[in-house]
Amino acid sequence: MAVYVNILGAGLAGMTAARTLAKNNIHVRLFSVQVSQRAQSNLAEGGLNAALNMMGEDDDINQHYEDTMKGGCYIANPDMVKGLCEGAPSIVDEMKRIGVPWHMENGHIIQRPFGGQKKRRTCFCMSSTGKILTTASIDDTRKYEDSGLIERYTHHKFAGILVNNNKCIGIKIYDNHEGTYNNYSGPVIICSGGMNGMFPGRTTGTTSNTGSVTAMLFNSGVKLSNLEFIQYHPTTVRITDKRMLISEAARGEGGRLCYLDDDKKVSFMEDKFGERGNLMPRDVVSKEIALINKTTYLDMTGLNSDIWNNRLSDLRQEIIDYLHKDPAYELIEVAPGIHYFMGGIKVDINHETNIEGLYAAGECAAAYHGANRLGGNSLLGAIYGGKTAAKSIIKSLDRFDYINDLNELSDDLNGNIFLTDDEKAKDIMLTDILSKTMGILRDETSLNLGLCELENIETNNASFEFKSRLNLAKAITECAISRRESRGAHNRTDYPESNDSYKKPTTVSLVNNEIIIE
Amino acid sequence: MKKILHIKRQLNSNSESYYENFVYESDNENATVATALLTTPVIWEHSCLQKKCGACAMVINGKPALACNTRLADMDCEIINIEPLRKFPVIQDLRVDRQALMDKLKELKVWLESDSINGNENISYEASRCLECGLCLEVCPNYYMDGKFGGMAAMTPLARIIDKSSKDQHKELKKNYKKGVYNSCGKSLACRDICPAKIDIDKLLVKSNAAAIWNRWNKE
Ligand SMILES: Cc1cc2nc3c(=O)[nH]c(=O)nc-3n(C[C@H](O)[C@H](O)[C@H](O)COP(=O)(O)OP(=O)(O)OC[C@H]3O[C@@H](n4cnc5c(N)ncnc54)[C@H](O)[C@@H]3O)c2cc1C
Ligand code: SF4
Ligand code: FES
Repeated sequence: MAVYVNILGAGLAGMTAARTLAKNNIHVRLFSVQVSQRAQSNLAEGGLNAALNMMGEDDDINQHYEDTMKGGCYIANPDMVKGLCEGAPSIVDEMKRIGVPWHMENGHIIQRPFGGQKKRRTCFCMSSTGKILTTASIDDTRKYEDSGLIERYTHHKFAGILVNNNKCIGIKIYDNHEGTYNNYSGPVIICSGGMNGMFPGRTTGTTSNTGSVTAMLFNSGVKLSNLEFIQYHPTTVRITDKRMLISEAARGEGGRLCYLDDDKKVSFMEDKFGERGNLMPRDVVSKEIALINKTTYLDMTGLNSDIWNNRLSDLRQEIIDYLHKDPAYELIEVAPGIHYFMGGIKVDINHETNIEGLYAAGECAAAYHGANRLGGNSLLGAIYGGKTAAKSIIKSLDRFDYINDLNELSDDLNGNIFLTDDEKAKDIMLTDILSKTMGILRDETSLNLGLCELENIETNNASFEFKSRLNLAKAITECAISRRESRGAHNRTDYPESNDSYKKPTTVSLVNNEIIIE
Repeated sequence: MKKILHIKRQLNSNSESYYENFVYESDNENATVATALLTTPVIWEHSCLQKKCGACAMVINGKPALACNTRLADMDCEIINIEPLRKFPVIQDLRVDRQALMDKLKELKVWLESDSINGNENISYEASRCLECGLCLEVCPNYYMDGKFGGMAAMTPLARIIDKSSKDQHKELKKNYKKGVYNSCGKSLACRDICPAKIDIDKLLVKSNAAAIWNRWNKE
């Protein structure tokens, strides 16, 4: 029987994994709760990093590596980061070959400056890079759907993994249209995106990335890592239903942060960090905004018309649509908002989890970004990670001979992945507590208080999904408590300095319903 | 502000539809139909909540629109009638099955067979922006599900392929463009005004017609 690889999630990570396998004649089932056009990957704006050295600044892969390691405060796996940076230039080229219209001038790709990077390294398509990359990937994926190598299962929701003797033998899926559960055998790659739904209405991401996949995996014995590192992007604005991102590209192209002192603009980032102050890594900028504790503005009034017309016209239009202000003439009030999850499913260099045959890639996996992700590195990480997971499976396909008929395997996952009305109310409580506890600045007292409040939430007869979400919330909080130092996006006011004894990733697992931190 | 959402509901694809009212009250002048729907138990598709993903397409006071792009304050009436898209089968409440859009793109072979040529950056950029929301099909007098015509939701992604494809694919593209777009488009262009991404359909049509109908393809 031919091995089918099951991929959960059809954003950039999932589609890349699927195509990599299909190109090697391996059959893939690609599950997602919505079509790829709805995935968060479409929302990405500013660009994708690769040391192409197009701007005559003597950039190279080693400098990309150094910036990424430094940005992540040296806790990411160096070998993995090396692979990511080495793989980047060919990813830009592959995307070009499937038709991505990278911004070019005089026949060569233009790269823009981005936060935490010394060189202009970010390739882009205006301020809609994610949308353009995703469209090209969707079209290319379709080619393999047509040949039958990729089978798409949209409107299909994750219901659990099937594990036998610590080996993943398949996946359980709920069909939202038919209302039925099915088991599918084969190795599994999870590409389910970030945990936005643990902070609903407070992130720049999508509502379809609920965090439940990560939560249910955690409950099934999958180890997670670095949950305390949540990226607050410094320039977001509240729109009615969420926080809307104003891309780092705005500062990359010359936008400046300031507060007002009697109508006088004070460029606090430049005052403290010099010329490149506005483009410090996101953790540094957000922390600074939290510390000055004043209304902060993004000043884009100095940008010239060429930049507005040719590089940021979409961003300008979006701000006009939602804020009814033209950033070319007015200051825009901004505040930090949750934007990215550096932590997630713990994976090794092959993107395999602690369960054999279960892989994870993209934002759901804790892989390349350590304590803080650099802008432009996560589109890259999603594509590179999807490819790497797929290649690992290709290399060891015969390892999966142990997988056979699932019907013989009983499981207790049936029918309990939906929150009851009562649980929905409790979920609001849970996410409110988590949002309050996991702010930019944290301390032991408030973290313990949050944990205590979470522990008071009743779980008698709870559904698998709700139980899992509560455990994940506790795990996030416990990770933050256990790191008694400040590093990257984790700022402890009671431990304001970093401490070398914590210079390593956090690992968290659930053993006999108890949260264990390593 | 107080609004009454008059929502067409349906338990599943086979059951009878019915209307149910929900009251939404808020001081938030920027609240959208999506904001209000999030407070109800009604089933509907959403994801980005900022008109970037096309999930929340529905019919609002008779007009096809994205819920997250429709401000409540912009509607004079107190009662807001909300219905699912009419051209696709209802799964539950406001959720419809838009698989036909995806199937059409497969039928018309919307992909590059070999490496992309440089093409025209602006055209590919514009054509890549389509959300596959289906609003254009809702207002198109010539589109019906399972018909030959793919409407603007097929024309737009095809324009990207036409722009980027090399010679080996031109014959097939010409056939598919004629069949799926050119032959059945009645040029009512109702799609132009409804498109939430404001895609420049004239620009794409001119370029695609030039190539796929008049054989003025981009050179490699
Ligand atoms: C506004 C914004 C701007 C950004 N800008 C940039 C940028 O400029 N540069 C950069 O590098 N990064 C950027 N990012 C980050 C980047 O976009 C993401 O990290 C990346 O796209 C994640 O890709 P992914 O494939 O891992 O996940 P996603 O694209 O989020 O895909 C997740 C998939 O999982 C599916 N799924 C989720 N839950 C379930 C479930 N329960 N059952 C079944 N399927 C499920 C979804 O339907 C979807 O298909 C930005 C992010 C945001 C929100
Ligand atoms: S062309 Fe416009 S209206 Fe039609 S599917 Fe694309 S985005 Fe929607
Ligand atoms: S939810 Fe994405 S367009 Fe409305």
